[in-house]
This record gives sequence, C-alpha cells and structure tokens, in this order.
Amino acid sequence: MSLEGKVALVTGASRGIGKAIAHALAAQGADVVGTATSAAGAEAISQSLAAAGFKGYGIVMDVSDPDSIESGLNELTEKSGSPLILVNNAGITRDNLLMRLKEDDWTSVLETNLTSVYRLSKAVLRGMAKARWGRIINISSVVAGMGNPGQGNYCAAKAGVEGFTRSLAKEMSNRGITANCVAPGFIDTDMTKKLDDKQREAMLEIIPAGRLGEPEEVAAVVAFLASDAAGYVTGETIHVNGGMYMG
Amino acid sequence: MSTVEERVKKIVCEQLGVKESEVQNTSSFVEDLGADSLDTVELVMALEEEFETEIPDEEAEKLSTVQDAIDYIVAHT
Repeated sequence: MSLEGKVALVTGASRGIGKAIAHALAAQGADVVGTATSAAGAEAISQSLAAAGFKGYGIVMDVSDPDSIESGLNELTEKSGSPLILVNNAGITRDNLLMRLKEDDWTSVLETNLTSVYRLSKAVLRGMAKARWGRIINISSVVAGMGNPGQGNYCAAKAGVEGFTRSLAKEMSNRGITANCVAPGFIDTDMTKKLDDKQREAMLEIIPAGRLGEPEEVAAVVAFLASDAAGYVTGETIHVNGGMYMG
Repeated sequence: MSTVEERVKKIVCEQLGVKESEVQNTSSFVEDLGADSLDTVELVMALEEEFETEIPDEEAEKLSTVQDAIDYIVAHT
C-alpha cells in the first residue's frame, strides 16, 4: 500500500483520529500535511510526525473560513505540490436538544463539518483530475445513520457528508478519483471524553465489542481507502464501530 | 508567441486527448471530439488558466466548438 511521493492533506490532525490518520498515511510513505486551527497545533503536528521519523508537517487552517482554506492550500501547494489524498477529518460538536439548539450551534457545526468538505474537496479536485488519481476520504460518524438525541446539527452534517460523498464519487470516478466515508463509532478521543459517565456506560452497553475503538483502528481503514488497492471502492461508507451499528 | 488559435487547439488536444489533426475550428467538443460534461468543465478551467481570464458559467455553456472558444478568448482578453 505504498503512498510514496503522494501529498496527503489531513484536516484536524493535531489530535485524536486525525493524528492517527496522519501517522498511518505517513507510515505508508505519504508526504502528510496536517491542519490545526492554531500555530501551536500546527507545530505539534510537525513535531509528532518528526518524532515518529515521518515526512510531513502541520499548517494552520480554519476549515470554517474560506480565506484560511485558500491561504493554507497555497502554502502547502508551494511547499509540497497538489494533494492527491484529502482526508476531511476536522469536526466539532455543539450538542443540545433541538428545543434548545441555538441557530449559532447549528450553523457552526454545518460550516465546520459539512461546508468545509465541499470547499476543500472542490479545491483539490483540479490537481487530482490532472493526475488522473485521487482519494477523498471523509470522516463521517455512526450517528449519521443512527441519529442521536442532542446531536441534530452533528447528525445532519455527517449525513450530509455521506450524501455529498456519493455524488462526488459518481462525478469523478472516470478520472481515477474515489470518494469514500469512514464512519467511526465510539472512539477513545477528546471528543468522546466530553461525555459523562452515564452517557459512556449507555454507549458501552450497545457496543457488541464491549469497548471503545482506538483512533488507529479508524486510521487503518483510511489508509486502505487511500491506497491503490482500494481503487475500485468508491461512494462507500465503511463503519468502524465494534458492531454497534451495521447500517 | 503562438496565436490564440494555436494555444486554444493545444489545450483542446491536451484536455481531450485528441490529435491535432482531428481538431478543426468547426469541431464540436462533445459531438466531434468526444468530450463528456466533466471534460468540458476541465477544458474551460484550462482555458481560464492559460488566458488568465474568468469565463462565467453562462458563457462557458455557449462554447460548443473550437471556434466558439477562440472567439470568446479574442473578445475577452
């Protein structure tokens, strides 16, 4: 599964699933560029890749801001060339029951988790079309299919990402570009650490595997989808959830 | 310096993977040169890049032959 010589852009790569993805792609030889919203986050990405002996570095990019996306992409294209692998991983939650869900919480989750996927995918397609090779991998969530109380905004955004991915897959297939989703279940990250003990227990009860997933277990699937071996897989959502939901 | 016509034809060949001898001024991108919808979008983007101009969607839709593209570029650059 060598990704030697290919530039991979991974958003939200300073921690959690994004960090594991950055490392998994770098381990396959990709030149990984990870994004973070702060300079300290970008520096942390550079350091963690270097510490593991991998190529790649971090850049500052706020995926909810079109100007920031543009300047980040310019920076990485100048330094490394056009990315042929894009992993849209950056995401936020602003949970609340719909009766109390503020317009702001709706908009910011849609902007960061869905609109950013449109913007970044659009921006990298040209280079991929020219190369007649590309991989767009969007990190969805098990709740896109299941629904989850208190996450109307997040579920809407993630389900939107899955529909978007299927359209994109159909549009770009004959250019050697695949688009897929990976839908993690309950993974041990900062995002799930926010849940209280009661919520955690309730989640564990519905996971047949009886444990949380590790970020690396999601990253392994992303690395497969990024590889040449996955060239005929497109428009698909692959669930990584210990059996809690089987679509 | 190549003429607009030569540059347009060169881009058409590159984008659509056709031989120069196949490209006539009257050639239709879709009917004669086998372009699909994505090819035409890529072609327009390549023309925009080459001639450093922006072709609005409603204008791009009207560019169906090589001559259409040449005329557009001559009139707008």
